Amino acid sequence: MGWVEWGVVVLRVLLVFVLLLGATIINVWAERKIVADMQSRIGPKRAGPWGILQTVADGLKLFFKESVTPRKVELGAYLLAPFLAVIPAFLIFMVIPFGAPFMIGDTEIALQGADLNAGLLFILAMSSMAVYAVVLAGWSSGSKYPLIGGVRATAQAISYEAAMGLAMVAVVMFTATQGPGGTLSLSEIVARQDGTWLGFIPQWNVFPQIVAFVIFMIAIVAETNRAPFDLVEAEQEIVGGFHTEYSGMRFAMFFLAEYINIFSMSALAATLFLGGWNGPTWEGTVPAFVSAILPTVWFLLKTYFIVFIFFWIRATLPRLRYDQLMSIGWKRLIPAALAWIVLSAISIGVRQFGLPWS
Amino acid sequence: MTAEEKTLDIWVAGTEEPEFSPTDEGEQEFSDSESEDRLADQYGRVIDDDYVFDDEVADDERMVVNMGPQHPSTHGVLRLQLEMEGEVIRRTKPIIGYLHTGMEKTAEQLTFSQGPTNVTRMDYLAPLHGELAYSLAVERLLDVEVPPRAAAIRILMTELNRVSSHLVALATNGMDIGALSMMIYGFRERESILAFFEKTTGLRMNHNFIRPGGVAADLPPGWKDDVSAILKDMPERMEQYDDLLRNNPIWLARTEGVGVITAEEATAYSITGPALRATGVDWDIRKAFPYSGIDQYEFDVPVGENGDVYDRYRVRVEEMHESLKIVEQVMDSMPKGDYRVGDRKITPPPRARIDESMEALIHHFKLFTEGFKVPAGETYVAVESPRGELGCYLVSDGNATPYRMHTRAPSFYNLQALPIAMGDSLVADTIATIASMDPVMGDVDR
Repeated sequence: MGWVEWGVVVLRVLLVFVLLLGATIINVWAERKIVADMQSRIGPKRAGPWGILQTVADGLKLFFKESVTPRKVELGAYLLAPFLAVIPAFLIFMVIPFGAPFMIGDTEIALQGADLNAGLLFILAMSSMAVYAVVLAGWSSGSKYPLIGGVRATAQAISYEAAMGLAMVAVVMFTATQGPGGTLSLSEIVARQDGTWLGFIPQWNVFPQIVAFVIFMIAIVAETNRAPFDLVEAEQEIVGGFHTEYSGMRFAMFFLAEYINIFSMSALAATLFLGGWNGPTWEGTVPAFVSAILPTVWFLLKTYFIVFIFFWIRATLPRLRYDQLMSIGWKRLIPAALAWIVLSAISIGVRQFGLPWS
Repeated sequence: MTAEEKTLDIWVAGTEEPEFSPTDEGEQEFSDSESEDRLADQYGRVIDDDYVFDDEVADDERMVVNMGPQHPSTHGVLRLQLEMEGEVIRRTKPIIGYLHTGMEKTAEQLTFSQGPTNVTRMDYLAPLHGELAYSLAVERLLDVEVPPRAAAIRILMTELNRVSSHLVALATNGMDIGALSMMIYGFRERESILAFFEKTTGLRMNHNFIRPGGVAADLPPGWKDDVSAILKDMPERMEQYDDLLRNNPIWLARTEGVGVITAEEATAYSITGPALRATGVDWDIRKAFPYSGIDQYEFDVPVGENGDVYDRYRVRVEEMHESLKIVEQVMDSMPKGDYRVGDRKITPPPRARIDESMEALIHHFKLFTEGFKVPAGETYVAVESPRGELGCYLVSDGNATPYRMHTRAPSFYNLQALPIAMGDSLVADTIATIASMDPVMGDVDR
């Protein structure tokens, strides 16, 4: 590999990094503004225009604050946990394509951190890694509320990871019928959602896989520990949950990880179900650079639509109880996902091979 | 490794000796008179009470968690010692006293006319009810009757206060279950009532408005418009809350069948107020012992069935509607006349009279230096505060200050029932139950 290719790889990784940090700044601000509006408040308005720099100010404040280390912590795990939270959060987004690949000379540059052929498996693995951070943080804090939060996180993650994975299986099965052979590569999944049915319905997976979409949406809300599934950090019950004993920059890293997770999970939902960066580019009628940028715009629009749903849910729904969370996960979501897999498998089989008696 | 060694490796909360002082201010010496058991209780490592516990679970599977006094949702400085097995709470011990400021003792130093400034700070969410109970007790000892307009203003203000207090209860109940928007909405609506209170009394809380002999001031000009605006907005807004909470499956799942108290338990623990009525007992001081002429207004006493968190929430919502009904009737039938008794030995003369009349000046001087004397005797008067029966027991020995003042604080009695209401519940239910009892720690500790 020449130095040009290396440079391109480094650039892509940097681009993803900057995009995520920028998105987090916007997301935290947007959440505060949107939820404030829903609750007839004003929200941040002092730092910068419309208070958009509020997140930067908060980040700076946390950066300069002392990171208190309580005496009873298990120091190694306690220090490791924030990094374990942030790193997988960044890595998840690495495999998500956020724009159409474009050509510079002979080199094709994909707008994607890395195009893994097992991209979906990588995402599942990384989102499982994130749970270790919460569990370790809860356990190593040497305090009771974090411990409860950590234990809750374990159970919650296992339950909803399963539902999320099963919803993905249905999508992968369906995608396999849309092109030559099955694929786990996200860029390929996006490419196969191009085109329309009947001329006007975009060929997104959400239409044939609506049940999987609903299950996936519920599962990612639980996976990112957001309301109404935020039992892990339920402030009213267990004070702060796993991050009770964290302060300063270490707390900021958990915070960052949570918002990056929201963004990357929304991006994943947009990629799997809403056609990723697919959308009209009006090539020829608009300037070339506009049609080059448009796919990224579509992608961000779809992602932010899902991010908005996250905020909306948070402003509306009360929190579930621990046992209700478990029963929804195991008694509703997982059986529903399994049933949906069987159903879509049958329909795919019928479409591929005809009815069994014919 | 033997089994014994294994258990030593696992760190279990509260098994080791404290290596450092509980505060971060260096080593502390504890007095020798305190025994080991007492110290462990103070540290919160054990729960020391007379509860008989069926001991089948090994000690290391249990964890004692001290919830509070600094906890986001214990409604102030309530401390709960919870003995938990995982997420399940087996034993609860409420510990109070973190807000004790000796207000009953303070009352013995204050004259009868200064008394309302004291009692209004007890239940800070329903200050007017505290003032009302105290004033009624003083008036009964004095054997004076307030003018009809004063009585009507008292009812108007206390019923509005009930609505504002219940709004806080709904708001905090919502927030403790995780419905964050409900919290803001509740406080937003309360604001319109507090604005009216500020206009009338000068203060948003701790009004010192209802005083022995009447009220501090007449209603401000234009009060009818303000009250009509409240009466118009509030029912619409409460319908929206029903949309947000009552029609929400998560809210129902979190509240129905949670924190159940039966009617027998409620009466045995002398629970009063919405918590009692939610169990199906039709008991309201306003109906049983009407005060300030509240019996001339028409209203119902809503009761629940199951005595769970949901019923307490419903009873509160219905009560708000009933209170608004009373407010409307009071507004329409507000009598003309004086807003306090004309007896200048009890109420100060109008400011203008002081410049003209020597008598008025003397009365004013005597009232604000010495206070008025109250005939010897004792009495107990109760009013229905938003939290239940708020009673004032007053003993006078013939001086200008009470010999003894005791408040029957409804929150204090309601809080006693927390352990039975919780039973073997989950942590999340604990929070919902506390919120639904709506304790005000200022009322509990006084």
